[in-house]
Amino acid sequence: MSSTAVASGKIEYSNSVEYSDSENRNALIAVKAHLIGGLLVFLLMMLAGLTMRAVQGTWLEIGADLFYQIMTVHGVGVVGAAGIASTGVLWYFLRQYVRLSNSIFWINFIIFLTGVVMILGSIFLGGYGGAWTFLYPLPAKSMGVWSTGAAAVFQLGLLVIGTGFLILYLDMGRGILARYGSLSRALGLTQLFGKEAVDYTHPATVVAGTMVMIVNFLGIAAGAVVLVMGLINLYTPEFQPDALLMKNLIYFFGHVFINATIYASVTAVYELLPRYTGRPWKTNKVFYAAWFAIVFMVMAVYPHHLMMDFPMPQWALIVGQVLSFGSGIPVLVVTGYGALMIVYRSGIQWSTTTKLLFLSMFGWAAGVIPAILDAMITVNRVFHNTLWVPGHFHFYLLLGLLPMIFGFTYHLIGEGRQGDQLKATDNLGFYAYLIGALMTSMVFLASGANGIPRRWATHMTEWVTFAQVGTVAAALVVLGALIFTLRALISLPRAADPR
Amino acid sequence: MVSTVYAVTLVCMGLIVAVFYFVIVNSKKVEADYPSITKKWYGVRSKWFLFLLTLGIAVSFVSTNPFPIPDQKKDYPENDHQVVKVGAYQWYWTIAPNTVDAGKPVAFLVTGEDVNHGFGIYDENLNLVGQTQAMPGYTNKFLHTFDKPGKYKILCLEYCGLAHHAMITELTVK
Repeated sequence: MSSTAVASGKIEYSNSVEYSDSENRNALIAVKAHLIGGLLVFLLMMLAGLTMRAVQGTWLEIGADLFYQIMTVHGVGVVGAAGIASTGVLWYFLRQYVRLSNSIFWINFIIFLTGVVMILGSIFLGGYGGAWTFLYPLPAKSMGVWSTGAAAVFQLGLLVIGTGFLILYLDMGRGILARYGSLSRALGLTQLFGKEAVDYTHPATVVAGTMVMIVNFLGIAAGAVVLVMGLINLYTPEFQPDALLMKNLIYFFGHVFINATIYASVTAVYELLPRYTGRPWKTNKVFYAAWFAIVFMVMAVYPHHLMMDFPMPQWALIVGQVLSFGSGIPVLVVTGYGALMIVYRSGIQWSTTTKLLFLSMFGWAAGVIPAILDAMITVNRVFHNTLWVPGHFHFYLLLGLLPMIFGFTYHLIGEGRQGDQLKATDNLGFYAYLIGALMTSMVFLASGANGIPRRWATHMTEWVTFAQVGTVAAALVVLGALIFTLRALISLPRAADPR
Repeated sequence: MVSTVYAVTLVCMGLIVAVFYFVIVNSKKVEADYPSITKKWYGVRSKWFLFLLTLGIAVSFVSTNPFPIPDQKKDYPENDHQVVKVGAYQWYWTIAPNTVDAGKPVAFLVTGEDVNHGFGIYDENLNLVGQTQAMPGYTNKFLHTFDKPGKYKILCLEYCGLAHHAMITELTVK
């Protein structure tokens, strides 16, 4: 473990944890496994998305039961892939500052794969098509479309995956506490509130990792509670929990988990943009304040999913609206703004790595706009559950989260080294992906502005053109992601750690 | 409302594109003195933060006063409102009565009889004019005054299983 020393009232950390060569080799293999696993699932889920858009565009015909099974696997697959790949990114950087266990990292990965097999079985063998949000009491009331067993295996699969993540977060918490003594110190709060001098070298990754660990631990715990209640209801129908309570727990869990993936992956931007620009990403009081606010906002903002549930307390919906706006401020003022400053007149060499990382900042910042607007109660009344909603989260995920993960993958491959020439296929992949992702998101937003509902297997004639343009856009996304994934499959396994 | 929100989204996104484009165009020229860049742009950032904060407070206050959701504890009696009882089932609607008058407030009392559904009202041009959730165990009170007569469509806006997309009925406004 690295030592700490007190000099002039300031805590100084020697920032790097020492591991043996075999530990480092094993860790790198594990990170690559997370990335390759995540990318393959993302690619398959994009094909699922393309299929759904083609069906809505009347270019492909499948039964409604299969459509909703594909919709279910698309939702749960993207959330799962985002979870596992972003964990790979965060863990890779966090272990450089706090001692983390390779074994536990692998255990979570194996538990995750076990859960994936259960979920795939429940959907494609059991016919479960109750959407990834398993909104109570739908899993128990399928009108004979899927069995109780299929619904149970789906929810058990999620429970198993959540348990794996909880074990991993316990290890992260242990590592952070062993190094920094308290979570507040790891978050930089002792510096923010003047108990310690500001240390500009305090790792941004530690701050982000601590935030992710805290919120995801609570989010997954809430998810476990609602999944267990759902499972009891499946086999004991007399046990009927309150539908609104269940909805609150589900959206708390779902919102926190998917949001945490972007906060975990942004560590790639904090760590890598400085390397490619030669400029430091210094932490300071504004940075700590922003991340401290995020801890609470990510957890308290979820009522914006429940604005059309009128019996919700008025104060909760106002909190949801206000914090939705508030959640946009850290990215618009701190992280996105910081990325702009660090790149501006830096002489950065644009490679696929740096282009993707910078794109991720754009996607995150711009994706905030439709999200904030939809989170206004008065706007939500005519946008909720239209395609506006997938519009904003596809913007976040396709143009924010995934470029962070793809960019990190290219970095690990070693593509961004100074002097390297850009490969034509990587360029093709980047621009196909960029144009496709932009089009996909914007067509969803335009569809939402035209009132087209989300999660409809068959679209009315008036809506079909939107779906057809969306299909072309999705095909471009698949092309870009296919090139990225092939590149990862070919180059990543033998790539040395670029550190 | 919808077109305004859409226009605001496109304008704000366009501004963000412009800022990122400006930085990309100015990324190759090297300015070695990074501290002077941060000093200058941290100053701008403070003003940017204050602008966003003020905007957020103003928009939040204006858009929640009066609160846009009707008081759920209040009764909406028949002499002041046209009361319509809505039941949502897998996969059909019961709406009683299914004809209302334009220009007079309608109080929809909406409940889910099995799972969660979404009660969405669309006009003849398929514009979404309003919605509420239909939840088991709850009755959502949703108020709306129709400006124009016509045949309105009721669509399900919360995924409720196999025939979710077929859960369509009509409401006549005279």
